Amino acid sequence: MLLSVDHVTRYRYDQPVRAVMQSHRLTPSAFDGQKVRNWKVSVTDGIPGGAFRDGAGDRVQAWTVKGPVSEIEVHVVGTVETLDLAGVLRGHREMVQPEVYLVDTLPTEADAALAALAQTALAEEGPLARAHRLAAVVADAIAYRPGATHAHTTAAEALALGEGVCQDHAHALIACARVIGLPARYVSGYLFATADGAAHEAAHAWAEIHVAGLGWVGFDPANRCCPDERYIRLGSGLDAQDAAPIRGIARGLGVESLDVTVAVQNLQQ
Amino acid sequence: MSQYFNEMYDGGKVRMPYARLEDWMNAMPASLRTLKQAEAEDLFRRIGITFAVYGEGGDPDRLIPFDMFPRVFTASEWARLEKGIKQRARALNAFLVDVYGRGEIIRAGRIPSRLVYQNEAFEKAVVGMKPPKGVYSHIVGIDIVRTGPDEFFVLEDNCRTPSGVSYMLENREIMMRMFPDLFRGNRIEPVDRYPEILRRTLASVAPQKCTNEPTIVLLTPGHFNSAYYEHSFLADLMGIELVEGQDLFVEGEFVWMRTTEGPKKVDVVYRRIDDAFIDPLCFRPDSMLGVPGLMDVYRSGGVSICSAPGAGVADDKAVYTFVPEMVRFYLGEEPILQNVPTWQCGKEADLRYVLDNLSELVVKEVHGSGGYGMLVGPKSTKDQIESFRMKIKADPGNYIAQPTLALSTTPTFVAEGVAPRHVDLRPYCLVGEGIELVPGALTRVALTEGSLVVNSSQGGGVKDTWVLAE
Repeated sequence: MLLSVDHVTRYRYDQPVRAVMQSHRLTPSAFDGQKVRNWKVSVTDGIPGGAFRDGAGDRVQAWTVKGPVSEIEVHVVGTVETLDLAGVLRGHREMVQPEVYLVDTLPTEADAALAALAQTALAEEGPLARAHRLAAVVADAIAYRPGATHAHTTAAEALALGEGVCQDHAHALIACARVIGLPARYVSGYLFATADGAAHEAAHAWAEIHVAGLGWVGFDPANRCCPDERYIRLGSGLDAQDAAPIRGIARGLGVESLDVTVAVQNLQQ
Repeated sequence: MSQYFNEMYDGGKVRMPYARLEDWMNAMPASLRTLKQAEAEDLFRRIGITFAVYGEGGDPDRLIPFDMFPRVFTASEWARLEKGIKQRARALNAFLVDVYGRGEIIRAGRIPSRLVYQNEAFEKAVVGMKPPKGVYSHIVGIDIVRTGPDEFFVLEDNCRTPSGVSYMLENREIMMRMFPDLFRGNRIEPVDRYPEILRRTLASVAPQKCTNEPTIVLLTPGHFNSAYYEHSFLADLMGIELVEGQDLFVEGEFVWMRTTEGPKKVDVVYRRIDDAFIDPLCFRPDSMLGVPGLMDVYRSGGVSICSAPGAGVADDKAVYTFVPEMVRFYLGEEPILQNVPTWQCGKEADLRYVLDNLSELVVKEVHGSGGYGMLVGPKSTKDQIESFRMKIKADPGNYIAQPTLALSTTPTFVAEGVAPRHVDLRPYCLVGEGIELVPGALTRVALTEGSLVVNSSQGGGVKDTWVLAE
């Protein structure tokens, strides 16, 4: 597919702040499944800071905005050619050892219920079949319902609730995979959703599980599939916060409010 | 004869380095000693050198007791120690560059990958980063104990932000003021070049993007930190700014310091803040102590951070076991300083041995420091041992055990006169473009008779440490 992205994040502060610092993972990953045609990130009055490729292969770009400022906009526009690799992250250059992704973080810590859920996958032979099974049981256990959870909901809480969004699905899958010794990580990106997809689905998240012999393989429990040509991968981390496309902090007393719009379109009709 | 090596008396004979101190000791009447001790305390209090002790309550500005009886090394004893310390500091840095790079030592099967990659001190955020001059740990504090004339063992390594060097400097300063004659009669190597060497070391690791004479700052968590005195003392001696997180900010590709003349670019941050707190954008988002955006500047070559984030993975007590292996692997040398034999409670066979021999062993938490959360078997009651047994069983991987070492003693002034007390040694090795060690260290002394715990947080004291010139 040839996907176009238009992604606007607008930050408003109820009183002007003195400065804003941001760290972006907003560039599509370089791997065999996607090729960037053009891509541009702009920040209102932003001063570009350091840029580098981190150990996980993500392009990181820092930005600062000098205050006083009461509104800034991060605007991402670009087009990406995508291929269906059945979720396999082929040709991705990275240095972090998979084993690093066995370490729990607060939102991905497994409680007894998650651990029990993870055990069901042991009926399968081999890591790939187990990963597929885990993605299926997580999808069954957590129904998609926007608004049921919030940004800081943990995997354990989402499972107890039985409802959540893609972030909760990804956290729960990661937690389960780590329980049975499979390295797993959180991936943020975009999704082209055909059936009147809402904005919260276009800015999407899923999980990757490391399968010996294959490498990292994506699983999207929210949509019961592996990432294909409808997906654009941005970056990864141990959990949602670690993989966030935008991490930012403002200096000052202004209280922040956020407004996000994402449009992903297929240019090849 | 005592089972402990006495550094001053060998049988009835005075060992060479202490020869002159015997006369000094004998010539000092008790009244003068009391007077001098009071004078020393007064001096320390006037300088303001105090050390808050966590979890003990009482006076947070308590002085660490200073013992006036110096600890002495000969030039040849020190020469060997120096070689061993520098060797270890080089190996530890080579290890850090390796594990954040290709991980050759793990591929070679010389250290278990789990100990490194699943270590809580391993920082994914710096994987692939090669800091300036290939140095992660710029100040390596190596805790050493002695058990005989030629037997030295490394107890632990401190690769993050080892504290205590201000005591090395202040103890000397105060001894020279109180006993100038002693320093005229003995040829003692000076230690006062330490701040200048530290400054030079920090300047030598200026980042890639720095084309000017580097501006260095010392980043402290603030005055409530137990080592704040040391932070301000070192900044002062080096002639650099002492800053808190709020004094710095990131703009564009650099870190800046607020000054009365406007923002000034900062090139090297000597931080005395833990990794978790240095940048809320990268690590703990609730940290107010750090500088938002600092890590991105660091990773893109705009600033150097000393010690480098992630350095802690080399000084964890489970990784410690493998330091001799690092020396062989990276340097192709045999380790000059030996490790204390260590049992990993995470290993089944080791755990069984440890649980069967708790009353003989010292057990420590893998990530513990400051003498907290440890068990000294021979000095503990049955109840203490049993409650510690439960803790180990609950989380074996969190504990290591070592034999109770026969720490050497040195003469120490006590209420009844002079008596042997157990000591350890913490030298501070500086690693930048070069590698340097001033001839001196912090000697910590367990002031309670028979005690083997020298940590200041557990009531230990300090001594001036002499290295005699050839």
